[in-house]
Amino acid sequence: VLQVRIHGRGGQGVVTAAELLSVAAFADGRHAQAFPSFGSERTGAPVVSFCRIDDEPIRAREPIAEPDALIVQDPTLLHQVDLFAGLDPSGSILINSSRSFEELGIGELIGRYARNRLLTVPATDLAREHLGRPLPNAALLGGFAALSDAVSIESVARAIRERFGGRVGAGNVAAAQHAFRYVQREIEALAHA
Amino acid sequence: MLEQIEGSAAVARTVARCRPEVVAAYPISPQTHIVEGLSDMVRTGELDGCEYLMVESEFAAMSACIGASATGARAYTATASQGLLYMAEALYNASGLGLPIVMTLANRAIGAPINIWNDHSDSMSQRDSGWIQLYAESNQEAADLHPQAFRLAEELSLPVMVCMDGFILTHAYEEVDLPSQEQVDDFVGPFDASQALDPADPVTIGALVGPEAFTEVKYLMHAKQMQALDAIPVIAAEFAEAFGRESGGLIRGYRTDDAETVVVALGSVLGTIAEVVDELREEGARIGALGVRCFRPYPLEEVRTALSDAERVIVIEKAFAVGAGGIVGQNTRLALSGLPVRVHDVVAGLGGRPVTKKSLRSLFDDVFADRLEADRLHFLDLKRDVVERELERMRRSPGPHAESILRDLGMVAARSH
Repeated sequence: VLQVRIHGRGGQGVVTAAELLSVAAFADGRHAQAFPSFGSERTGAPVVSFCRIDDEPIRAREPIAEPDALIVQDPTLLHQVDLFAGLDPSGSILINSSRSFEELGIGELIGRYARNRLLTVPATDLAREHLGRPLPNAALLGGFAALSDAVSIESVARAIRERFGGRVGAGNVAAAQHAFRYVQREIEALAHA
Repeated sequence: MLEQIEGSAAVARTVARCRPEVVAAYPISPQTHIVEGLSDMVRTGELDGCEYLMVESEFAAMSACIGASATGARAYTATASQGLLYMAEALYNASGLGLPIVMTLANRAIGAPINIWNDHSDSMSQRDSGWIQLYAESNQEAADLHPQAFRLAEELSLPVMVCMDGFILTHAYEEVDLPSQEQVDDFVGPFDASQALDPADPVTIGALVGPEAFTEVKYLMHAKQMQALDAIPVIAAEFAEAFGRESGGLIRGYRTDDAETVVVALGSVLGTIAEVVDELREEGARIGALGVRCFRPYPLEEVRTALSDAERVIVIEKAFAVGAGGIVGQNTRLALSGLPVRVHDVVAGLGGRPVTKKSLRSLFDDVFADRLEADRLHFLDLKRDVVERELERMRRSPGPHAESILRDLGMVAARSH
């Protein structure tokens, strides 16, 4: 089972991101379960959502305390919430930022995890460019499809299009595809570094 | 068709395919998405021939369902928590009048302290209201229980409450095989009301009944609810035949053959329990689980038979009777009376506290090692240090526990008292 935890703030589409990830994994023929950290979260407050992806039907319903992958939608949470709690040493981290891990002040993570599993993608910038709004969730899912083999970018695009439709859907798909290519290039650059 | 869908949406769409003629509801978390879904389907015409009543309260919602059902219309509502309490008086009227209303309850805790998260204190508070209570383990089962609930309600002229864990199920996206309209039409059929108010042929229902007949009316109500113990397995078997999957029924065992220890629970926690059972089985422990799918009427004989070969039973329940103990635990003990089976009563998951595999594992290990006293109430993951500090503080100064403990845990900074 692959367990993904998504951190962000109320209003950034954190719950929607987990739902879309589960829909994409389902479209790829996997079993998936997505759920929010249940609460009365307000706009701007830290929010967590979860997604499990497996080849077997999923029965466990506990929150994900030991994720295999983290998606961080808002880098301002880095010094406010213990984002990396329970993350497996072989785990992956994808952070929404135009800056590097070193520039974000979390360079010490680099020794603890595989370097090619720690990536940033400027998802908010990409969303502004393609969607005209600073909503990073769809772009991050595109980036995640490049970082993880859990979902295909085609299924991520399909899930986004089904949820939003029209211009908003197309903009989000474009942002996701752009982020996918961006993260792919990052991984290639790290492989040649 | 198999879809990756939110639990609430799966329930709303399945309920729509049961063709309710009146839906009267008032929004309350975590049930809101269900009635929003239904109101959308009425607006777009996807749910044809249905009147959606946006009422001013839960009391009005149930009252409108009672009125609709009494005229022979198929009536549905959904609520949670304080909403169910606000309906309480009308719940007894619906059951007392024998009206086949179906309700989805998105299980949520009851305050005070105010809490919007999941446990079973809402449905358990109304367990004796005369409604049949079915508990769903997954979103597939939550959806599947609705066609069965309408069948059961209309066959027996009794209201049925389908309980599904709030947030844990209602807000979870997972795969659900949604039944088609044709399948549901074949299974549920049209509502042929056995009693219907008709201006052309006036009758009275809801008469005043004095001491001369009240006992007899109540006796018959009990007898009718007990008939559900026969009807539910028949309907579940017909469902399995028609839809090709097991859903509902009275109880369902998981790896209980040869089990020395059986864990009894209701609702979605059964999934997490099954995971732990599998882990322990791998290590050679003889453990299984028993899901109670129908809590009212209580399937006493079935529970007794399922548990009679066990040495010990661990009841995990998401509510309790303050000052008395476990509710499912007490019913389990009743089912086992006279048998040499130890029963451990454990309250877990109150007010949304996650029931984790780790905590369950540690609880079962305590039971195996005889570290958990039988016949007294235990609270899973109780923060004893917090309780001790609060009791110590109470000796110095009075004040409400809720605010004081939140301060102790650093959740709020303001002084409460």
